[in-house]
Amino acid sequence: MSININRYKCGYCGACVGVCPKGALELVETWIEVDESICIVCGICDRICPVGAIEVKK
Amino acid sequence: MKATYDVLVIGAGPAGSIAAKTAAEKGLDVLLIEKRQEIGDPVRCAEGVNKEYLKKHVEIDKQWICADLKGSCIHSPDGTRIEMAEEISGGEVGYVLERKVFDRALADLATKAGAEVRVKTRATGLIIEDNFVKGARLMHLGKEYEVRAKIVIGADGVESKVGRWAGIDTALKPVDIETCAQYLIAGADIDQEYCEFYVGNDIAPGGYVWIFPKGEGKANVGVGLLGSKTGKFKPRPVDYLNNFVEKKFPNASIVEMVFGGVPVSGSIEKTSTNGLMIIGDAARQSDPITGGGILNAMDAGKMAGEAAYTAISAGDVSLGKLEEVYEKRWRATIGHDIDMSLIVKNCFINLNDEDLDSLAHSLKDVKFERMSLLDLLQALFKANKKLLWDLRVLFKDAAKEVIKNKNNA
Ligand SMILES: Cc1cc2nc3c(=O)[nH]c(=O)nc-3n(C[C@H](O)[C@H](O)[C@H](O)COP(=O)(O)OP(=O)(O)OC[C@H]3O[C@@H](n4cnc5c(N)ncnc54)[C@H](O)[C@@H]3O)c2cc1C
Ligand code: SF4
Ligand code: SF4
Repeated sequence: MSININRYKCGYCGACVGVCPKGALELVETWIEVDESICIVCGICDRICPVGAIEVKK
Repeated sequence: MKATYDVLVIGAGPAGSIAAKTAAEKGLDVLLIEKRQEIGDPVRCAEGVNKEYLKKHVEIDKQWICADLKGSCIHSPDGTRIEMAEEISGGEVGYVLERKVFDRALADLATKAGAEVRVKTRATGLIIEDNFVKGARLMHLGKEYEVRAKIVIGADGVESKVGRWAGIDTALKPVDIETCAQYLIAGADIDQEYCEFYVGNDIAPGGYVWIFPKGEGKANVGVGLLGSKTGKFKPRPVDYLNNFVEKKFPNASIVEMVFGGVPVSGSIEKTSTNGLMIIGDAARQSDPITGGGILNAMDAGKMAGEAAYTAISAGDVSLGKLEEVYEKRWRATIGHDIDMSLIVKNCFINLNDEDLDSLAHSLKDVKFERMSLLDLLQALFKANKKLLWDLRVLFKDAAKEVIKNKNNA
């Protein structure tokens, strides 16, 4: 189980933050921070990222 | 930055700036914070707005207008082209803005009205006491601050956290978000008077491709897909966009990349609580069909600014009061419109390419300048009886609208 965000691919648009059901993501300056203690690895952020910068492995 | 204000507005997009401006004009002491170091940048928008509605909020300034449109064209999957004059193209065409300049101009209006504006200042949490929101914790250049306010307004866009911190669940399901990629292209031969839309399940499943001219051979070319129609092992918005741009504009340069998500959920259950209101994209107030949200954000900003004044003057910032002075007002206006759009969205996302083509054929030869909404719906339904059934609620609404217009005339 893991979540990886490729910050070289990420366009810091915040779409993933808006869909995360747990509020585990945050857009800080130009990158996304994950609070792994509350992420439930549901994969929704991975699914909606317009560039595919997030990889969630279950 | 002081320790207390009457109103703290979080996020300096169109919603936040108009809220701050409105509240400051009423004489309230307002702080408007923005986490980015540059207001309006990076852009997350195709920048199209309806002229008449925009004029209700601000005086038009050529500095932030890139193109003045005459109408729009929709292309169906088989290439049928439907042309619409400006008046009935819906809320999203008219002007194409330069949002970097526009958003800053709005923040400037807030400053001129007396609000204090701070950039590179991010809200990291709310101060909640006795079940009332009493302010927020802020981070500026690595230092933490606490700012107290009688009312906090969350205008923090699609990535909104403010509502969630106060227990309002604003998380969007994949079916409730359009996920988008857009390029600003230059050096292309683009009609500067029309915006163009392309629909079809090969081009943009559950969404559309847009071309919005930006002057001097430039244009915003973008694609939005419904979140539920994209995903891990499927092409992403950026893939669809690359395909489209390679085919249509092989020689153009890409001078800016834009990504983003637009809420298309329709109205959500709750947008205020004791001492807090959320507005604009944070309150999911953008239009479910077009994804347009600038004007609704500005409308909501105005309502929230006025509501803050009324509530603070009455010495009552409780949920009950805010429901009366903010929620009720936006639900009767923006809320009604976006819920109607949601009905149409839910119907259109299930159409296959054949359905879309047959709709386009039935509209092809209609003269659009003189058409009322009711005529338009009737023409559409001739082509597709099932659509008629799915959208029956709108008919009632359109009929009401026609009667209202007749009475006003
Ligand atoms: C690709 C795309 C195309 C679009 N095209 C159109 C269009 O053509 N026409 C149209 O009308 N609409 C369009 N929209 C929608 C439109 O961009 C939004 O509806 C509009 O910007 C909403 O305004 P807002 O003020 O609510 O939020 P935003 O403009 O998103 O502003 C929110 C602000 O809050 C800030 N913020 C967030 N969190 C914090 C925090 N914790 N602390 C401090 N600041 C914070 C953000 O940095 C941001 O500046 C489009 C959207 C996308 C993604
Ligand atoms: S949705 Fe993708 S591109 Fe946008 S901020 Fe999240 S990871 Fe970055
Ligand atoms: S996997 Fe799910 S819970 Fe974890 S960050 Fe992504 S959306 Fe949030």
